[in-house]
Formats: sequence, structure tokens, C-alpha cells
Amino acid sequence: MTNIVVLAKLVPDLVEELEIAESGTALDMEWLRLIINEFDNHATEQAIILKERSGGEVTVIAPEAEGANEMLYTIAAKGADRLIMLKGDFEDGINNHALARAFAGAAKELKPDLVLTGVQANDDLDGSVGPLVAEYLGMSYVGYISGVSVSGETVVARKEYPGGLIAEMEVTLPAVLGIQAGEEPPRYVAISKVRQMMKTATIDEQEVGDLDASGGAMVQRMYVPEAAERAEMLEGDEEEVAARLVEIFKEAGLV
Amino acid sequence: MNQDIFVVVEHLRGQVADISYIMLAAARDLAQATGGEVVAVLLGHNAQALASNLAANHVLYGDHSSLAEFTSDAYTQALAGLLSKEAPRAAFFGSTSIGSDVAGVLSARLGLPLVSSCVQIADGNLISQICGGKIMAESALSDEVTTLVTVIPGGYKPAQGQAQTSPAVTTFEVSIAAPRVSLKQYIEPEVADVDISAENVLIAVGRGIQTEDNLELAEELAELLGGVVCASRPVVDQGWLPTARMVGKSGKSVKPKLYLALGISGAPEHVEGMADAEMIIAINMDPDAPIFDIATYGAEIDLFDLIDPLLEALEGA
Ligand SMILES: Cc1cc2nc3c(=O)[nH]c(=O)nc-3n(C[C@H](O)[C@H](O)[C@H](O)COP(=O)(O)OP(=O)(O)OC[C@H]3O[C@@H](n4cnc5c(N)ncnc54)[C@H](O)[C@@H]3O)c2cc1C
Repeated sequence: MTNIVVLAKLVPDLVEELEIAESGTALDMEWLRLIINEFDNHATEQAIILKERSGGEVTVIAPEAEGANEMLYTIAAKGADRLIMLKGDFEDGINNHALARAFAGAAKELKPDLVLTGVQANDDLDGSVGPLVAEYLGMSYVGYISGVSVSGETVVARKEYPGGLIAEMEVTLPAVLGIQAGEEPPRYVAISKVRQMMKTATIDEQEVGDLDASGGAMVQRMYVPEAAERAEMLEGDEEEVAARLVEIFKEAGLV
Repeated sequence: MNQDIFVVVEHLRGQVADISYIMLAAARDLAQATGGEVVAVLLGHNAQALASNLAANHVLYGDHSSLAEFTSDAYTQALAGLLSKEAPRAAFFGSTSIGSDVAGVLSARLGLPLVSSCVQIADGNLISQICGGKIMAESALSDEVTTLVTVIPGGYKPAQGQAQTSPAVTTFEVSIAAPRVSLKQYIEPEVADVDISAENVLIAVGRGIQTEDNLELAEELAELLGGVVCASRPVVDQGWLPTARMVGKSGKSVKPKLYLALGISGAPEHVEGMADAEMIIAINMDPDAPIFDIATYGAEIDLFDLIDPLLEALEGA
């Protein structure tokens, strides 16, 4: 029976327009729409697959944010047993070193065999949380994982290299794995099941106190990139764009 | 602390990875600003020959039987000792399956700052690309301790980090205690029905394609244009296409005559596999999608509105 902890966070939805805060050194959090980090979503799926396969308990830890409640209830509806929300001074965003220390503090109490988290998040600027948490917990870390099997004191993790090459790594437990993809795509749960969880499941709230953010990047400035050269944009309705595309294909000798 | 820039060379199965040369080129830029030298750090077992074309002032080579293949634990142990002793101004790692396993652990273990996803050096500062390429962040080096940096491709070409003459190599002592991570075996990529890196025309679909059934539309386009369908990672992770059709960091690098990207945002991990295509045409509803920054032509339009008229126009052509 494996005691699994999943670390999850919300990240900016990149489909929305992103703005820089007045400080000029951070994202403007006020208008951001947040969604679960997709790799944390894969980590969640992997944890639940492991539990279904060989038993155990899955605890999810997430920092407070707009939408963190829904995220946790959704994960509970998928099969997680325990939900923990870290509360602190997160409104203006925190770096991953601070978050990793908070995660490690909460995870330590749970004495996990295995900690799973997303290999990366789109707003990482000081590395991803996985390796930092591993070191703060005194565990090994292996990332870029797309498949995990536990056997006794060790876990065999499928580590991805470019071009589809896989390295099977044997890791002594306890360990932290950075998940790139679960063995199966993240499952969907019906909204009704999530609503039911909102009534029955409890979120254990834990204050993290003052966070130590040392080890983060010393950001001088954040900005929206301006490309030196941008695409030539094809204007007009779909018929006009289609006609223009066919011309371009012809000029290039493709049709 | 000295002003040198260390580059942790990545290699896999006897081959130096392109990211190593890219890092050496970036390190050269940074060393010019700090006034230090570029030092390549090579770890391995009987692997000294890999140093032969590294564009570095010199190479530090650490040999140990536990370093014959990459494992995170052995690498971090070897590097923790070296970095503490040498205290360079900065140390570069690939933002890769190798570098990302060790940079964060070293940051926490040694109490050193870490800056990730650095794509460029500007005036001695690190320029990182985050939020799928939609935001840039400029960070300074620490004046007191070694700054650890993970590097992504895009700012430098591998050739800029390759040298004609072999750099001087000195070896350093490595001690590794009971590693907790070991390599069991490599599993080769599945054999593919098509090699997308050999195709002239690629119709690439991203998350914007929405469902597996909609892939049919891309297939029809591919047929009319004499190409094949490839995809971004999320489409492959859904199981809609095999891994062999994935373009990008974890997939293949492609250089077709035409790369038609349907509903792909242009995240750095995708772009690194297709930026060198001769012609990139991007169809995306988001005017700020980073794919438009690297495309030859773009259209800000719903792909589902476009495909039918495009199929018709092609059939009539
Ligand atoms: C370690 C690591 C390795 C990775 N390796 C790879 C890799 O090899 N290859 C890869 O691709 N990714 C890789 N990724 C993932 C990468 O970071 C991005 O998440 C991914 O490329 C995004 O894919 P996408 O553009 O299809 O999806 P999204 O970023 O979600 O973009 C979808 C786009 O479709 C547009 N859209 C939606 N609907 C429509 C419509 N109807 N008409 C027109 N446009 C529409 C949206 O505006 C949006 O721009 C990797 C990530 C990590 C952490």
C-alpha cells in the first residue's frame, strides 16, 4: 500500500491575454484566469491509477488561489482521499522556492512513500517545484516521467528523452517524481460528482506562515515579447483566407 | 566566487546533445559581460572524447563508473562538490530531461538561486521565456553566489557553440555515495508508420482541434496537399496520434517545406521542433498566440470555419 502525495497548483490560462503588474516585475494577478497546471493534472491521474492498481491513499496539496477549492473537489471526485489547502500570503504570487518549502512542510507530516507533481508549470521562473521539494524532504527526484510502477521499496519510472526514447529508472522510495504525462489521459468527472464532493469532502486548511522565498530569480523586468518579424497576416473572411492560402501553396509549388 | 560561466554538458548514448552547444554559445555571451571564462563540465565514464569540439576555454572532466549513464542522483552528487569548490559566477544546465533533474536539487541543496527557461543573454542579464512564450522575464545574476540557470533553445544555434580545435581538458575528482536512482534499461521509440522528419508537407494539429474525430479534417487537408498529419504534445497525450507524430522538445524536429499549424499556440517546447521549417502558416483565433511570431503567414480565424472552404478551394485548384 502506497501513501501518495500529489502537489498541484493553478497557473495562468494562456488563452487569455496576460498583463504585467504595475511593479513591472510580475504578472498582474488581478485579471488572470487560473486553471490547473496541466502536468499536475497528469500527476493526479497517475496517482489515482497507482491507487486503483495496488491500493493506497492519495492526498492532494494545493496552495490557496481563485479556483483552488473547485480543483481540489474535482480531484476528490476522481478518487483522491484527502485534500489539503495551504493558506498564506499568496495574492501577489509566490516563487517556487517559497511554494516548495510550504509543500515540503505539509508533505513531511504525511510521511509519503511517493510524491507526484507536474514536471513543469507555465509560470515557473525559478525551476519547477518537484526537485526543490525533493531536496527539502531529503528524497530523490526524477522528472520527465510518463509511467510509474511501484514494487516494494522501489519504483520504476519511465523517463522521457527526446524523440520518444524512454529510460527506465529505478528509484528507491521515498521519492519525488516530476510527471510529464500519466499512463492514461486525465479522466473527466461529471459536474454532479464534483458538486457531491463539495458537500461531503472536507478541505483541510493549513496556514503556512511567513515563507522563505530565497533561491528565486532576481527579476528586473517582465514584458510581453515583441517579435522582430511577425507573420504576414491574411485578412478577410474564411473564403478569402482559403483563396489566398491556395495561391500561396501554388507559388510554393505545392499544388 | 570567480567570474567564470560553467556549462554542464549533456550527452546521451555517446552523443553530445545540441543543447550543450547552445549553452556554450550563451555562456560565451555571459562570460563577455562578467569578464570570466567559459568552462565546460563533462561528466561520464570513459567519455573524455566528447570534449573534442566544445567551444569552451577549458573542460573539467569528471569520470566515475556511476556516471556512465545519466541518473539524477549521481550527477547531483558529482556537481554539488564541484560547484561548492569552484564557485563560478553562473552554471548552465539544459532545461531538459537531464538538466532539469539536477538544477533544482542543487539550488535547494547548496542554497543557490535558480533561473529557469533562459533563452538569451542581454547585457549580462538572463532573459527567460515563460507562460508558453507569451511573457519574457529579465533576471540579474547574484553578486554573492553562483547563479544556476536552465537554458532553452531559440536564442543561439548549436554551431555557435562548436569549436574546430579541441579545448584543454583537466580532470577532477568525483565521489559518489550509494546512488538511490539507477538506469534499468533504455526502451527504443516505437517503430513509426511514417517519418514526419522526412516529409515535405506537414499538417500540424494542436489542442484547438478539440476532438479525435476532428483529426479527419486534417487528414483530408494532408491528402490534398500530399503531406501527413503531425501534432503538438497535448494531442498525443490524449492518445489521438502516436508519439512518432509529435513535434517538439520531447518529439521530433522537422524542417518541411510547409508546416501548416492548426490550433497550435506556439509554446517554446513545440517551436523548438519546427522553427526551421521553410514556410510556417499558422491558423489561430488568438491574436497574441506566439506562433504568429515565428510564422511566415498567419490568419486569426476559427480553424473550423476555414477548413471546409480551404478543402473546396484545394479541390478546385
Ligand atoms: C518538458 C516538456 C516537454 C514538452 N514537449 C513538447 C513537445 O515535444 N511538443 C509539444 O507540442 N509540446 C510539448 N510540451 C508542451 C508545451 O509546453 C505546450 O503545452 C504545448 O505545445 C501546447 O500545445 P498546443 O499549442 O496544441 O495547445 P495550447 O497551448 O492549448 O494552444 C491551443 C491553441 O489553439 C488555439 N485555438 C483553439 N481553438 C481554436 C480554433 N477553433 N481555431 C483556431 N485556433 C484555435 C488557441 O488560441 C491556442 O493558441 C512540453 C512540455 C514540457 C513541460
